[in-house]
Amino acid sequence: MSALTGVRVVELAHESIALAGKLLADMGADVILVEPPAGDPARHYAPYLDDTPGEDRSLYWWHYHTSKRGVTLDLDDPRDRERFRALIATADILLEAEPRRRLAALGLDYGDLTTVRPDLLHAAVTPYGRNDGKSDRPFTDLTVMAAGGPVWNCGYDDHSLPPVRGPQQGYHTASHFAVLSLLTALLYRNVSGEGQFIDVSMHAACNVTTEAGSYSWLVAGETVQRQTGRHAAVNPSSETQERCADGRHANTGVPPRTPAEFGRLLQWLRELELEEALPEAVFLQMGAEWDGPFDLSRIGRDDAVTAIFGAGREAMKLIASRLPAQDFFVGCQRAGLAAGAVNAPEEAFEDEHFKARGIQVPVSHDELGRTVIYPGAPYRMTGSPWRISRRAPRLGEHNEEVLHDL
Amino acid sequence: MPDALSSFRICDFTGQLAGAGATKWLASFGAEVIRIEDPVRQGRWDILRGLPPFVDERRGIEMGGGFNNHNTDKRGITLNLRTERGKELLTRLIEVSDVVSENFAKGVLERWGFGYERLKEIKPDIIYVSNCGFGHEGPYSDFKSWGPIAQAVSGLTFSNGHPGLEPAGWGYSYMDHTGAYYMAIAILLALVHRQRTGEGQWVDLACADAAVTLNGPALLDWTVNGRPLRREGSPDSNRNAWPAMAPHGIYPSRGDDDWVAVACRDQVDWETLAGVIGADWCNDPRFADLPGRLADQDALDAHLGDWTRERTKYETEALLVDAGVPVAPVQKPEERIDLDSSTGDFGLWPTARHREMGDVRVDGQPVHFSKTDWRIERGAPCLGEHGEDVLTRVLGLTADDLAQLREEGAI
Repeated sequence: MSALTGVRVVELAHESIALAGKLLADMGADVILVEPPAGDPARHYAPYLDDTPGEDRSLYWWHYHTSKRGVTLDLDDPRDRERFRALIATADILLEAEPRRRLAALGLDYGDLTTVRPDLLHAAVTPYGRNDGKSDRPFTDLTVMAAGGPVWNCGYDDHSLPPVRGPQQGYHTASHFAVLSLLTALLYRNVSGEGQFIDVSMHAACNVTTEAGSYSWLVAGETVQRQTGRHAAVNPSSETQERCADGRHANTGVPPRTPAEFGRLLQWLRELELEEALPEAVFLQMGAEWDGPFDLSRIGRDDAVTAIFGAGREAMKLIASRLPAQDFFVGCQRAGLAAGAVNAPEEAFEDEHFKARGIQVPVSHDELGRTVIYPGAPYRMTGSPWRISRRAPRLGEHNEEVLHDL
Repeated sequence: MPDALSSFRICDFTGQLAGAGATKWLASFGAEVIRIEDPVRQGRWDILRGLPPFVDERRGIEMGGGFNNHNTDKRGITLNLRTERGKELLTRLIEVSDVVSENFAKGVLERWGFGYERLKEIKPDIIYVSNCGFGHEGPYSDFKSWGPIAQAVSGLTFSNGHPGLEPAGWGYSYMDHTGAYYMAIAILLALVHRQRTGEGQWVDLACADAAVTLNGPALLDWTVNGRPLRREGSPDSNRNAWPAMAPHGIYPSRGDDDWVAVACRDQVDWETLAGVIGADWCNDPRFADLPGRLADQDALDAHLGDWTRERTKYETEALLVDAGVPVAPVQKPEERIDLDSSTGDFGLWPTARHREMGDVRVDGQPVHFSKTDWRIERGAPCLGEHGEDVLTRVLGLTADDLAQLREEGAI
C-alpha cells in the first residue's frame, strides 16, 4: 500500500501546481485532474511526441500528470458546478491555482465547499498569496523567480551578462510547499477531524529558497553577488568550475583540507604522471606531512598554510584540465574529495549510479502500443513505495467512471 | 488550537541546510525536534554553526547566522556516542520518538551502532529517514556531496546558463533547500503511512535522485525523441521552450546591475507590449507572429533590451503591469525583503530569539494555515541548551543523574 492510497485529491489543472499533484499521485493518492472542456493549455506545451503537436502528444503534459485521472468540467456552467461540488464531497483535498477571486465568484471557495465537505483541505497557490492584490497580475515561472530572489543569485562573474533562472523551478518550489502543507494538514485532520484552508504564496516560496541571499541581508545587512557556477557571495570566492579535457565541465567542489586528503591528492597526481607539471606539488607533500589538523583561519595569513591550500586548488584544476569530466569526478571521489561532473540531464539519466537506483521507470502507453521511460522516484520509501500507476490522462478520459458515480 | 504536528517527536541528527531545513518545517508546525550533537567536537560537524553571516563582531559556534536560520524552534542536546551511557540515553530517546532523521555520509549512524535494523529493535514502528547526496545504495553511495555537487551531477547546473557559455549553475544550494523539502515530504508521508497502518519504514533519500527528477520534460525529450539538452545553442535558460514564448527573458535596466524580466505568453501579450513601446521596430513583419519572433529572437531581444535600458526596472514594471503583460524586476535582497511590502505583509520574516545572538530575523514559511498555522519564535539551540530539559522531562532523569553523566563525559 502506498502512503496516500485512498486519499482523494481534486486538482484544478494549472501549470504551477502540476508537480504538486504528481507528487501526491505517485504516492498513491487518487488525483482527479479537472480541466475545462477545451483542455488545459499545457496540453499544447512542447516538447512533443515525435515533434508533432497534439492534444495528447505533449511530453511536458505527460511528465507532470502521471498517475492522475482526468475529467472535464466547465465551472462557468451551473450544472458542472453542481458536479464539481459533488466531486468535492468525495474528496479529501482540493489543490488549485485559480485567480484569487474566481472560486468565490463561482460560489466554490473554501467556505462554500465546506458545506459539502466539512473536513476539506483546500490549498490555494497564488503568486503573492490570497490577501495580496499583486496576485491579480499576470505571471510566468520567469517573473515569479525574478521578483522572488533566486534570479539575483544566479549567473556569471561578468555582471554585464543577464542573471539566469532555472526553468520551471519557481513552480517546482511552490509545488513543494503545497505538498508539505497538505501532508502536514492531513496528519492533523486524521487525528482531529478538522480540515482547513492553506494559502501558498509562490513569491514567498522563492524568497525563502535563496540560502544566504536572504539571510546575509536579514542577519548582517549584506548583499550577495552572483558568481559563475558557484554560490553568490558577499565577498568573491575562488572559482570552482573547470573545463575538462573532453570540453565538459566539472565542479571542483571542496579542495583538500586534511593531511590525509593532501596525501591522496598527491598520490593521484603521481599515478597520472602529472607531478612534474605542477610546480606547487612540493606544497602538497608538505600538506600531507602536516602535523595535526589545519587551522583554516590561517589561510591568507600564514605563508605555509596559504601555499598548501593554494597547491590543493591548483592540483584539482590541473587534473580537471587533463581528464574527461566523468573521470575527474570519479577519481576525486575515490580520493575522498567532494567533486562532481556537470552532467546534462540526459547524461545523469544514463549514468550507472542513477540507473542502479531505479531512475529509469517504464510506463505503458497503451494508446500508442509502446512503453516510455520516465524519471523515477525522488525518494526511496521502502515501506510505501512511490509508483507511476498510469500515464497522464487524455482529455476527459475518466469522465464516465468518475462523474457517473456522483 | 493545538499545533498541527505537536504529537510527534523527532530524534534529529540533521545539520547543514539539506537536513536541518527539513526538520525546521516540522518544528515550525509544533513537532518536538530534538537536535543531537557531539559534545566532543562541539557540534562542529554542522559547519554552519561557526560560519557567517554574523550579527556583530562575536564569532564561534553559537554565532553562525545560517545555523540560526535553519534550526529555529528545535531543542538541542549533546550525547557522546563514544560512551556506553551516551548510547543508552540515545536508545531511550529513540524508544519515545516517532522519527530518526539524519544527513550524514552513508554508514555513520551504523558505525555508532544505530543502523536501521537496530533502530527497529529499539522501536518497531520507527521511521528512519536518511538523506545523503547519492543515497545509501548504488555505485556512488560512498561519494561525498553537498548542494553544488548534487546539482552538477544531476543536470540542474548544466540547465542554467546562456548558450555558448559555460554553465551558470545555481548561485546557492538549490538542492540543499530542495533536498530538505523532499526530506520533510518523505517524513510526512511516512508519518501518514504509519498513522494508517501502524508501520514504520526506512526512507533512503538521495538529493541527487530528487534533483534528476526536476528535469522532467528534458528527460522525456531524451527518452522519447532522443534529443539531448547538450546540443548547439542549448541550454538557453532565460528563454522558454515549454511552451515557446517570445519575447521572454531578462533585460537590462537603468541602474546598477539592474534587470527586468518580461514574458509574452501569447499574441495578445505581444500586441499589448508592442502598443506600450510604440516603436517602429514593433511593426517589423518578422515579429508579427510567434514563429517569426522565435526565428529572430536575438534581434527582438536586442530591440526590447534597448527599450528597457532607458528606464528603471520599476518603471518598466509599472508600465507593463498597467497594460497586463507579465513583468517583474529582478529584485535584490534588500528590495524583496524590506522594500517590497508583499513579503513583510505576508509575515515572511519572523524574529526569533536566540540565547546569545538576541533577536534575529529569519526565513519564515511561505504558507498560512487557517487553523493550525506555523510559528517561529525561538532561534537555534545553543550547544546542549536543552539537555537538562529533555533528559529530565522526556527521559525522567534526575539532577543527580545529570551530574553523574556530565562527570562520565556522556553528555
